[in-house]
This record gives sequence, structure tokens and C-alpha cells, in this order.
Amino acid sequence: MLQSAAFYILAGIAAISALMVVSARNPVHAVLFLILTFFSAAGLFVLLGAEFLAMILVIVYVGAVAVLFLFVVMMLDVNFVALKQGFLDYLPLGGLIGLILIGELTLVGWSWADHRYTGATLASPTPEGVSNIAALGAVIYTDYAFFFITAGLVLLVAMIGAIVLTLRHREGVKRQNIHAQVNRTRDEAIEVVTLKSGEGIG
Amino acid sequence: MYEFVQNNGPVIGTLLALGQILAFMIVLLLSLAYLLLFDRKVWAAVQMRKGPNTVGAFGLLQSFADFLKFVFKEIVVPAGADRFLFLFAPLLTLALAFVGWAVIPVAPGWVISDINVGILYIFAISSLGVYGIIIGGWASNSKYPFLGAMRSAAQMVSYEVSIGFVIVTVLLMVGSMNLTDVVEAQAGGFWNWHVFSFDLLPWPAFLVTIPMFVVFFISALAETNRPPFDLPEAESELVAGYQVEYSSTPYLLFMIGEYLNIVLMCALMTLLFMGGWNAPIDLGAENWPVALASAWHFFWFAAKVVFFFFMFAMVKALVPRYRYDQLMRLGWKIFLPTSLAAVAIMGGIVVYANAG
Repeated sequence: MLQSAAFYILAGIAAISALMVVSARNPVHAVLFLILTFFSAAGLFVLLGAEFLAMILVIVYVGAVAVLFLFVVMMLDVNFVALKQGFLDYLPLGGLIGLILIGELTLVGWSWADHRYTGATLASPTPEGVSNIAALGAVIYTDYAFFFITAGLVLLVAMIGAIVLTLRHREGVKRQNIHAQVNRTRDEAIEVVTLKSGEGIG
Repeated sequence: MYEFVQNNGPVIGTLLALGQILAFMIVLLLSLAYLLLFDRKVWAAVQMRKGPNTVGAFGLLQSFADFLKFVFKEIVVPAGADRFLFLFAPLLTLALAFVGWAVIPVAPGWVISDINVGILYIFAISSLGVYGIIIGGWASNSKYPFLGAMRSAAQMVSYEVSIGFVIVTVLLMVGSMNLTDVVEAQAGGFWNWHVFSFDLLPWPAFLVTIPMFVVFFISALAETNRPPFDLPEAESELVAGYQVEYSSTPYLLFMIGEYLNIVLMCALMTLLFMGGWNAPIDLGAENWPVALASAWHFFWFAAKVVFFFFMFAMVKALVPRYRYDQLMRLGWKIFLPTSLAAVAIMGGIVVYANAG
């Protein structure tokens, strides 16, 4: 009873806030609704018994990706009126994509309900006596270790690419070199000069 | 908690659970009031002042006087502000600061929710804390708060990375994400605490864990926007950062949330590195009467948390503020490679220790 109540509350919040993402007038509000959607989805994961995935969803998407997203949207100077003008032009295309998505989801749900097509791939709860993380780790790091590492390398290449695209070395810029600062000795920094009164150094 | 509700029946169980949570919150807030006073007394002592000493004996009621002062002031919402988000941000900060405490075990069995992914949960909640600051800074519709919010977002996202890797090093040693397991793995005496970890000899694991502890301490300072990393509210550059437009109760909520996060970080350091509720020398407390043993363990937990809070206060009193580029350099160029290397080394040590 408690679980189904929690499911309907979380799913309802997720659906409504997902709707608000596309209909909110202010883009910052849209991003905040997106975050609420992520958060409700994490709650649904907990209900499924996948608490590790739920926490990772919150840490990675809500805690890092959405922060940067919010960051960018806040910095943009968007003309809201111009943004709304093309709405009708894009409506047929958007509607088509929406219809395709609904069709795909229906197919998935249908085959899910009809056990003949899914068989062994049906969601199974975490095996008894094994924690969520141990179960995931055993699958990812033994059965799928190659694909896992390859996925990591792809991400690494993307990261290096982004850095290479934005990295610029400019000549003649004064930069702080902490190593040089710390290693400076008294002899290099100070010169003791004996002066006669009334005369300068030069 | 769920079993607890089941065992006591739906109505009584729920009421008892709510009562536990309420009692925990009240104790937390009361201790916070005195920790705030302690904080101010420490700075005062460093600067050779007396600190608050007028309200109550030795100023013991100062925090309550401040509380009443904040509550009775008028709430000012700027004209161009996003009204809902402006008032939502401090509430979010406070709520997130409280929910993080749900998985902290303060003595054997004294925990609101003993979940399997306790550390990840705290990590997730503390990574959400940045939203209170960003939303508050943006909703104020003013330049200084906005700049403060931007700084804070970048800073917290950067230091979360190294905090995550430090947590992974500890998890490798324990083999569990449950905070109770983490504490129980350190039982027996101070030489078993993760910061020393002499039980993993012949490999000197403390060569890894002591630097990791330092990294965690400094990252915790940055994550909670404490000096020397309080750039989001650097008063010499940004007036008061994201808090500029806040007054009265909303400001108070921000401040309570911030201090709760600081104490949470102190508690996390205690649990992960300093043995949690374990006494430095095991006196066989598990054979004592339950009430006495719980009080004994709770005393050690609280003492360690207060010690770390004292360290936080001393850092604030002694260390000058960092510059922003230095802060980013420290996070990305020093802490990230160091903690990444530590994860690899600790992985090797644990595999070796388990194989032998």
C-alpha cells in the first residue's frame, strides 16, 4: 500500500514536472523542473530496489550535470518572445517525434506484459544476500569489463577533445608560478647594499 | 526504520519514527546553538577578545538571543526578485542540511535510517546543497549575489570530485557503503582507525590514509564554503555574495543550513577516518549495560565531532582567504591527481592484504 502510494506520488510529480519543463516560460524554471524530474526518477529507482542507481543518478545528473546546465542557462541572455515564435513551425516535427516515442514505449510495455518475448531479460530484484553494488560490480567488471573500459575511454577522448578545442597558450602573459615562488631563496630575492649618506645607488 | 514501523504497527510505529526524527532534530539544533557560541568564543580567544559574554552566564544564551532577533525582523524581498524561488532557496538549504543527518550513526544502533548506500546518500545530498546557493543568488536578481552563486557552483562541483575519491579509498578498506559497517570496521582501538589503519600492516596504509584525511579536511572546508574558501560570500569582493539580499528569517535559515553542513562534514570525518563512536582504547564497552555503553559511545562520537569543529574554527581564525584561481588550482591540479593515485594504491594494498 505504502509502496504503491509512493510510486503514484513520485511518478505523478515526475510526469507533471516533465510537462512543466517544456511549457515553463522562464528557461531557469524549466531547468529547475528538469531537476525535479531527475529527482523523482531517482525516487522511482529506490522503489525498484536499485538504490545504487538512484544515488548515482542524483550525484551525477542532479549534482553535477544539471548544475552546469543551470549555470549556462542563467548566463544566457535569451529573448523569450523570439523563442516562442517558431513554436507552430516546429509543431508537426515535434508531434511526429512524440508519436514515434509513444509507439516505441507502447511496444516495450506490451512485450513487457507479454512474457513470451522477454523471458530472461525481465527485471529481476537484487539476488538474496548480495548488496546492490556487489551485484552490479560482479556483472560490469567481469562479464562486461571490456565494454565498460571502452565506454570509459570514449568519454576520456571526448574530454580531451573539449580541452584541446578550448586550450590556448598566449605568449607574454604573466602567470603565477607557485613552484618558482616557493623555491626562491633569500640570496636571489635580497641584495644588501652599503650606501654612503647623501648619495644614491646610481 | 521500515522494519521498525512494521514491528510496532502502522500508526504507533509511524508516530514513534516521527518522534525519533523530531528528537534528533531538536538535539541537533540545540547542540548547534552551543557550537555557534563555541565557534565565536574560539575566534575571540584567537584575537584576544572575550567574545559574547553578556546574554546569560558567560554568554550561554547568546545564540537564542540572536535567533529571536532574526525571527522578529521584517522579511525584505527585493522588487525584481523571483519571489517564490527567493524564499524557496533558504528552505531548500535547511531541508537538505537536515536530511543528510538521517544516515549518521551516533552510537551503536542510534541511527534514523541504516541504509546500505549511506555514504553515497550523504554524498548525493551534499552535492544537492549547491542548489540552495545558486537559486538564492539567481532569484535575488542582483549582481553580487549572482556572482557569488556562480563562484559557489564552480567551487562545490570541483571539490566534490576529490571528496568522492577520498570516500572511495575508505570504501575500499571497508568493503561496504553502510556507515555502521564503516564504524564497526574500525573497532578495537585507535590503531585500527582508518587514519592510522595499522591493522593493514605489513603494508603501511597510513601513508595513504593520512594524506587522504588531510585532503578530505581541506575539501570539506571548500565544500561548506568555510574560510579560507568562503569566496561565494567574500565580503571584500562581493559584499556578502549570495546572501546580500537576504534578511531576517530567510538569512537565518541559510546560516543554520550552512552550520549543519559543517557539523555534518565533521561527523563524516569522524565516521570515515577517526573511528566514529569507538573509544581510542577498547575498554570492553559491549559488555556494559546498554544505556551506559550507548552513552559512552555517544560521548566519543560527540567529542570527536566537537574536536573537528574546533579545527574548522581555528582554520577560519588563522588562515587568510584564497584567491579564486588558487582555489581552482588546488582542487583540480593537486587534490584530484593525489586522490586518484590514492585510490589505485589503496586498491592494491587491499588486494594484497586480502590475498595474504
